[in-house]
Amino acid sequence: MHAKLSVVALSVITAFALSACGQKEEPKPVAAPITPAAPAAKPEVVVKLGHVAPMTGPQAHLGKDNEYGALLAVEELNAQGLEIGGAKVKFELVAEDDQADPKQGSIVAQKLVDAKVNGVIGHLNSGTTIPASKLYADAGIPQVSGSATNPKYTQQGFATAFRVMANDVQQGKALGEFAAKQGVKSVAIVDDRTAYGQGLADEFKKAAEASGLKVVATEYTNDKATDFKAILTKIKSKKAELVFFGGMDAQGGPMAKQMKELGIKAKFLGGDGVCTPEFMKLGGPASEGQYCSLPGMPLEKLAKGPEFKDKFGKKFGAEIQLYSPYVYDAVMVVADSMKRANSVEPAKYLPEIGKTKYDGVTALIEFDQFGDLKGGAISVYQYKGGKLEYVETLGGGGPVDSAKAEVKEAVAEVKEAAQAVAGAATTAGANAVKAGAEAVKSAAEATKSAVEKK
Amino acid sequence: MDIFLQQIINGLVQGSIYALVALGYTMVYGIMGLINFAHGEVVMIGTLVTITVTGTLIKAGMPVALAGLAGVSVSVLVCIALGWGLERIAYRPLRGAPRLTPLITAIGMSIVLQNLAMIVWGRNYMTFPAFLPKIDYEFAGANFTAVQIVIVLVSAATMGGLLLLVYRTKLGMAMRATAQNPAVASLMGVNINRVIAAAFIIGSALGAVAGVMVGSYYEIAHYQMGFMLGLKAFTAAVLGGIGNLGGAMAGGILLGLIEALGAGYIGDLTGGFLGSHYQDIFAFIVLIGVLMFRPSGLFGEKTGDRA
Repeated sequence: MHAKLSVVALSVITAFALSACGQKEEPKPVAAPITPAAPAAKPEVVVKLGHVAPMTGPQAHLGKDNEYGALLAVEELNAQGLEIGGAKVKFELVAEDDQADPKQGSIVAQKLVDAKVNGVIGHLNSGTTIPASKLYADAGIPQVSGSATNPKYTQQGFATAFRVMANDVQQGKALGEFAAKQGVKSVAIVDDRTAYGQGLADEFKKAAEASGLKVVATEYTNDKATDFKAILTKIKSKKAELVFFGGMDAQGGPMAKQMKELGIKAKFLGGDGVCTPEFMKLGGPASEGQYCSLPGMPLEKLAKGPEFKDKFGKKFGAEIQLYSPYVYDAVMVVADSMKRANSVEPAKYLPEIGKTKYDGVTALIEFDQFGDLKGGAISVYQYKGGKLEYVETLGGGGPVDSAKAEVKEAVAEVKEAAQAVAGAATTAGANAVKAGAEAVKSAAEATKSAVEKK
Repeated sequence: MDIFLQQIINGLVQGSIYALVALGYTMVYGIMGLINFAHGEVVMIGTLVTITVTGTLIKAGMPVALAGLAGVSVSVLVCIALGWGLERIAYRPLRGAPRLTPLITAIGMSIVLQNLAMIVWGRNYMTFPAFLPKIDYEFAGANFTAVQIVIVLVSAATMGGLLLLVYRTKLGMAMRATAQNPAVASLMGVNINRVIAAAFIIGSALGAVAGVMVGSYYEIAHYQMGFMLGLKAFTAAVLGGIGNLGGAMAGGILLGLIEALGAGYIGDLTGGFLGSHYQDIFAFIVLIGVLMFRPSGLFGEKTGDRA
């Protein structure tokens, strides 16, 4: 009895001690720059990774989620006991709060630059990421964002800017292709003339036209408007079968509602700006059956998704909000590039990021010449019974590429089997040949099933 | 043709709302020569109060129609108090001051009310409880809803009531007299302060009704919604001839029609050179045009000396 109790007590104490250690390991921003390398037998290098997201204010839950993703990655990396450039490497997260405010974003970015971090993960919002990216670029510090979708971020020409999520250009394109697949012939496009809405609508238009759809009307509103009847009436007269809206939920919801009031039967399609519960609130019953999209894929559909979800839940006792798997991958991409460059120096490993080919949780991560994710996935959802229901994923390197890899493996197996056949034939026996033939057959079946799976 | 009819309906409904708000501007201007730029905010507060009251009552289990009626009544009372308070606190102490002073005060009050509403109701869009039945009608290819019919009818009834008040009652006569010449009216025994307060109260009550109509039409509301609405209603008042009641009504409906037809047809007429994003700009093009070529408005008989 006593022994049992002491075991329990010991484990409780250990747990407390461990959790206390964990807290200590979360570097405080102030202390971070002067954190000395822990004494170790082998030379140890501390790699400081800046992480920026809003930790206060209405988006704090998303910021915390991002930070959890980064923490999980850092802990796994440290557990691996990596050696880079002949020294043991210890990753440390320097977490900063930008309050989703561009001004504050630039201030903490400067702080990270002054602290000479080896790389930056973030920021969360496009609005903070874009101004901050210049500071990192000037300092030559690589930056990988897991959530900023505005195309401008990577189009400024900074060699240091990368993102592991599909951008709004890719989203517009995917939505255009999705529209074409719905069997409609004509679409009308409305955008709110903001950088986000206009960009998304332009890309949608290009893709829709390329897919053979006829754009029968292009109308504009603004991000404060509430009356869309005039432009919707015009759209009705052009007999559009689908209305695409580039903008946010505050306009999208009422627009869907006014479409219904005008007797427009066309479906409504929008980007992530309208993929929110707010859209349903404002659109009322008119939101039923409408489509919207979110960058990325639902975690359940990803090969490593459920495993990540499990790890995340065990570690933090929290649900994944939105972007943490992407932030996790962002950290892993940086570490992977450091490994390949065999250096943690920004100048040395930066060129390696561009050559990344990393099979992450969210996708097979490869960057184009701008630092954008190649073939970023976009998932389409439909409002059904007051909920967002997953429809399908367009583009994306995740499942498609892993299926390709499976095919490759199967082909290799066939080759091996063929070699075995050849070997068996030369040595002796019809039995061996038979076995070899069977091996070929099973390998062929493996190929077939892999292809089918794809 | 059905599209043309649809645009006319759209414009008519929108215009009825503009007209009702424009009356608030034109009454105050006609009587004391002041452009009350805080009027749009009175309308906004009318909408938000209705949302809060009606929403709370519906949640408490009251029948929707009754809750809506209660919400509208409370909103009208709040707006009357607000209009009266505005006049008392912001404008009465400035009576006799140079014309620019109360104008700047009005703009200041508009900002104060906006921020007040932001503090009370927050920055998010609010949904307006739908307390009118959802019925859609179709006529000759054009669609309209029960809400739209109610808006036009209520607007017409309210405007008719106002005309009766101004031209058939003693208070109306006092108002007209004050508008003609405050000094002489005062000598004739008209209590100027009371007449001005009445103008604010009536204008604000109309504003509250307009606010409820905007809210039930679009079913969303926001603390900044009064600003653009106020500017457009002001334009409508100028278009009809500011200070002229009939002019404000006609100007409001005309502006609604100009906007709807403009946004609907300008793209086709100009071959895509101008587009529907000019929907909000038509009001200001009209405003500039009227001020340049006919400062007294379409129906105003006064010369521009007071404008």
